[in-house]
Amino acid sequence: MEIDEKPERFIVDGLRLDGRKKDEIRPIKMEAGVMNRADGSCYIEWGNNKIIAAVYGPREVHPRHLQETYRAILRYRYNMASFAVDERRRPGPDRRSIEISKVSREAIEPVLMLEQYPRSSIDVFVEVLQADAGTRAAGITAASVALADAGIPMRNLVSAISVGKVDGEVVLDLNKIEDNFGDADMPVAMIVESGEVTLLQMDGIFTKNEFIEAMELAKRGCSQIYDIQRDCLISKYKKLDSD
Amino acid sequence: MSKDIVIPGYLLGEDINGGDGTFKEGNRVYSAVYGIAKRVNNKIEVISLKGKYNPKKGDLLIGIVTDITFSMWILDINSPYYGFLHLSDYTKKIEKEDMSKEIGIGETVIAKVKEIEMPIRINLTMNDNRCKIIRTGVVIDVSYAKIPDIIGKGGSTINLIKKKTNCDIYVAQNGRVWINGSDEMIKLAINIIKMVEKDGCFDNISEKITREIDKDGDR
Repeated sequence: MEIDEKPERFIVDGLRLDGRKKDEIRPIKMEAGVMNRADGSCYIEWGNNKIIAAVYGPREVHPRHLQETYRAILRYRYNMASFAVDERRRPGPDRRSIEISKVSREAIEPVLMLEQYPRSSIDVFVEVLQADAGTRAAGITAASVALADAGIPMRNLVSAISVGKVDGEVVLDLNKIEDNFGDADMPVAMIVESGEVTLLQMDGIFTKNEFIEAMELAKRGCSQIYDIQRDCLISKYKKLDSD
Repeated sequence: MSKDIVIPGYLLGEDINGGDGTFKEGNRVYSAVYGIAKRVNNKIEVISLKGKYNPKKGDLLIGIVTDITFSMWILDINSPYYGFLHLSDYTKKIEKEDMSKEIGIGETVIAKVKEIEMPIRINLTMNDNRCKIIRTGVVIDVSYAKIPDIIGKGGSTINLIKKKTNCDIYVAQNGRVWINGSDEMIKLAINIIKMVEKDGCFDNISEKITREIDKDGDR
């Protein structure tokens, strides 16, 4: 779907431009352990997003001065391929990806038991191969599955999703057009079981009531994402079983 | 004893003892890793399907020398940390100048964990008659979580492989396996170990191995 201009209406007869309902997420395909070299990995297709997350570690910290005496450090690199968007993106880190790396690291950090591996580092690499809005949420979702796949001790999985506003209505899991021309965009990452929010950013304007509605929607979305994450991990084991 | 696949944050039970791979919140025990939950009496533990080796005192490891400093060999021991083998912990007394002649960079040794200083420094020793320098055979990496499966109950699986392939096999705790024998047999042994590694956590493994070996023998 190629649309370069703002559409007149985002929601027609209760359905969005790609045929979804307001509280419906895009189809998600997730697979853990896709890479041999990495200690843990996950490939996710979330709508038109295609993202690979790889985890290395715990391993020795290089450069040495970054290491912490009583805990492991977590390094998270979010990177978008130059061909991931319509117009070629300049490769390499930029202001946006550095920011996303930081907030994503902080979204994942609370669930990891970093104190079990003093003086080591856990490195997460998230490569966006194709972008279609909500990449930071998809990256966090994939990274937490990859971390579990790497056998790293963690308290729970982190699930993430974005909510936003188009045509004055709160909708779940924005796609590219809604993201580009919508009124608000709010990625949320949370630990579903305890309801702890580990990432909350907002671009645009929500009223107080809309914000409450959006959070409620995000919570429901995250619990759907969590189910997919869990099934992905469990089905990987089942596949081993049947071979 | 029941086996179940669990993911991090899975509630294993209340008012029970949590072993490895679990954590406690109040009286509830949760899984901390992605793996197989094993319940024995009133204790539950989760065995990770993947993950790095965590050194314990007294473990015998296969290490590869990555660097030599003025009095120490630095070994890659397949764990998050390097292992340090001091000159004084070598089997015999040698001069500092001769260190690289005894064990050069890239060579492989079987060494024992002497002690672990906190926060984390792993000191190794070779003062044990099982420790030696490996100069023949092949060393392969396996998932350290699968080591118990490869060894089997009381060494049954590994002894079966040894007997059938006529190879000398040493399984180190850090997920490295040393195999020594004829080229043909080493190949066969590697295949079998890889097979056990892949689906070792399931039953009737010894039958499978016998079948695999016999099949290969026919060819």
